[in-house]
Amino acid sequence: MLDFPPWKVWLITLTAGIGVLFAVPNFFPEDMVKSWPSSLPHNQLSLGLDLRGGSHLMLEAATVDVRKTKIEALEDSVRTELRDAKVAFSDLSTAGGRLSVIITDATALDRGVEALRKLSQPLGGLTGQRDFDVNVVDGNRIVIVESDAGVAKAVNDAMAQAVEVIRKRIDELGTREPTIVRQGDNRIVVQVPGLQDPAKLKALIGKTAKLEFKLVDTQADPALAAQGRAPAGSQVLPFADQPGVIVVKRRALITGDQLTGAQLSSDQNGQPATSFAFDSAGSRRFAKATQENVGKPFAIILDNKVISAPNINEPILGGSGIISGSFTTESANNLAILLRSGKLPVELKVVEERTVGPDLGADSIRAGAIAAGVAVLAVSLLMIVTYGRFGIYSVMALVLNVVMILGIMSLGGFTLTLPGIAGLVLTIGAAVDANVLINERIREEQRKGRGVVQSVEVGFRDATRTIWDANSLNIIVAVIMFIFGSGPIKGFAVVLSIGIATSVFTAVTVVRLMVATWLRARRPAVLAI
Amino acid sequence: MNLKLVPDNTNIGFVRMRFVAFALTVLLTLGSIALLATRGLNLGVDFVGGLTMETQFVQAPPLDRLRSEVNSLNVGQSALQEFGNNRTILIRLPLPEGDQAAVQRVVAKVQTDLKAKYPGVSFRRTESVSGKVSDELIRKGALAVVLAMGAVALFTWFRFEWHFGVSTVAALVHDVMVTMGFFALTQLEFDLNVVAAVLTIIGYSLNDKVVIDDRIRENLRKYRSMDIGQIIDLSVNETLPRTVMTSLAMIVALTAMLLLGPNVIFGFTAAMLLGIVVGTYSSIFVSSSLLISLGVKARAAVVETKGGAERVVRAK
Repeated sequence: MLDFPPWKVWLITLTAGIGVLFAVPNFFPEDMVKSWPSSLPHNQLSLGLDLRGGSHLMLEAATVDVRKTKIEALEDSVRTELRDAKVAFSDLSTAGGRLSVIITDATALDRGVEALRKLSQPLGGLTGQRDFDVNVVDGNRIVIVESDAGVAKAVNDAMAQAVEVIRKRIDELGTREPTIVRQGDNRIVVQVPGLQDPAKLKALIGKTAKLEFKLVDTQADPALAAQGRAPAGSQVLPFADQPGVIVVKRRALITGDQLTGAQLSSDQNGQPATSFAFDSAGSRRFAKATQENVGKPFAIILDNKVISAPNINEPILGGSGIISGSFTTESANNLAILLRSGKLPVELKVVEERTVGPDLGADSIRAGAIAAGVAVLAVSLLMIVTYGRFGIYSVMALVLNVVMILGIMSLGGFTLTLPGIAGLVLTIGAAVDANVLINERIREEQRKGRGVVQSVEVGFRDATRTIWDANSLNIIVAVIMFIFGSGPIKGFAVVLSIGIATSVFTAVTVVRLMVATWLRARRPAVLAI
Repeated sequence: MNLKLVPDNTNIGFVRMRFVAFALTVLLTLGSIALLATRGLNLGVDFVGGLTMETQFVQAPPLDRLRSEVNSLNVGQSALQEFGNNRTILIRLPLPEGDQAAVQRVVAKVQTDLKAKYPGVSFRRTESVSGKVSDELIRKGALAVVLAMGAVALFTWFRFEWHFGVSTVAALVHDVMVTMGFFALTQLEFDLNVVAAVLTIIGYSLNDKVVIDDRIRENLRKYRSMDIGQIIDLSVNETLPRTVMTSLAMIVALTAMLLLGPNVIFGFTAAMLLGIVVGTYSSIFVSSSLLISLGVKARAAVVETKGGAERVVRAK
């Protein structure tokens, strides 16, 4: 058992060496590490927001909205398809996640169904599922319902797109290395280190940024509008930053989907404004719409709130324009960022927010490091006083253990959080325990009158079994924590899992190698333990 | 020579004391349950939803005045709590109705007001968790604890015998209850970090018990004619130096974390420290002696453990 074949010695040394190598960048400043040759490891341990300060936001998408938006978007296509197929229809409406339309000419029903089936896209995969189910009810009514698979795909697409939009918006803020990840089916976690005031961040990612241009319904009765009632085909909308409401046509002249750019700018009075430009198709549509409606007022609407409602003085042919309102430079710039990054496909709500100031982060990490240092020192002292030479071996293994954990965490890109530091302390405990078990066993064997080599051999063998039992249990608990825990618990479980593996390696294998080397070299007659 | 915390060859009659220990254990567990029922836990925003602001003042503020000042802002009933020292105050507020903008308004309102009344005040941390998320966090936290206990029971059953599974889980329930009782008693904030601590206690306490269980199994095989009570006493005494040494090392490390570590993990470390003490107690006095009451028979265990030992050998 104490015989180590050379290949084993090399393997152990190599493993420990690699672990240490990957930990090395953590002991040097970031700038210095950047200039190292690319053959050396560069990854530094990333610190959690609780340690370095920053903002953490969890956003949740209203998936019901995805369903609703999708079916509403279908309304226009249905109208066009039926017209193109020359099928007379009435009562086209969407409600409760379903679209229904009555085909007035019963003989055209089949043609209508066929035309509408074309709208339904296959989802791929083997089941041949499509995103919409088209059915006929009551003889002349066609009902289109989204299939569950279709909704799931739509949500999935919307979330993926939302992540991209958010990334664009945060990049505009110029903050360093934001983390934007999807969590579960309908959540996105945004972490921006070093950002202390999340208000601006939230102003940017909490907005859908749906831009629409709609004609103002000048015929509507203002008294009815004040009660929230509008004529058919129109709707009542509030102003963004002034009291009162305005009635606009439901059909949008044009939407922000066709924008190519937006910039901070100023209007003719020198007030901050946002300029925008359409792509070529958008420009043509915008030109046509403004030509047809010269002299009429139209509303510029962002997220169902009217920013302003100017008159169309002349046709706008260049495909660009200016949105002015009561903007500050900052709000005009924010609007430009929102328009540039595109609209969110789904509304996102902040359901969890954590902001840690940089002072607290710095205090925490200092206190954490001091505490961890003192803990290691005190435990080391205890071990050396109690077990002498074997204690020194344990302490060497302990230090190697901590360094290897750092190395593995840097390599794997894991984040060290405060609970993670606590996990580190627990790991140190587990490593110490392994050595205590071994050393106490050796003492016991010594008391029974066994020789030096035999005591050590039996001590290691018997203790190893117990160590395996105990640590397999700890691994089970750590894995459960990782799978079912959230946030802090996960951070803790990561360190614990890595730490259990490295502590068994260092406290058992490495220490055995050290003890064996010493025994072979010195052949001591008595064991001071 | 080297330090020995526990003298060689101790022979303490732990089994003889078992009824006293059982009574104490039952008493502690029931007491904790009573505390949990009457005082309840001071649940953090992680679990009840709401808004927390960690606020640092230049001088310790009068809490009563601060409370009435915050309440007069019309942002809901506030709860104040010292955090680490008397200059750092946690202000807890209910989550306002409406969207995130409402939360932002409340935060801004409180911050502006306090900045005006207490120059130099700084806001170190703000957390808001919606009720929906907090429900989920409770569910997930509880699920993790229950599953961990279940896995432990299954593992010990498989590796040893069902008696060991039952005695271990019984002792673990005691450890967890006493720790939670401590939080009910002190009203320290019970948040997600503390749940991680509770899971750690389960892991540590388990470690302790497996070490002793392992030794009992070994001795059952070695001394076939010995009475079960004697075997348990022998095993606990043989492992006593290890139990004391490891617990001491953990206590030393955790005390350093408790005294020098950041405030944010105070609750976490306090829970672990207490859990280690309680876990060590239950390992020495409760879980092993409980095996007698559960009726572990020396002979039966021998047959079982042989199989277990062979499994280990083969697994290697």
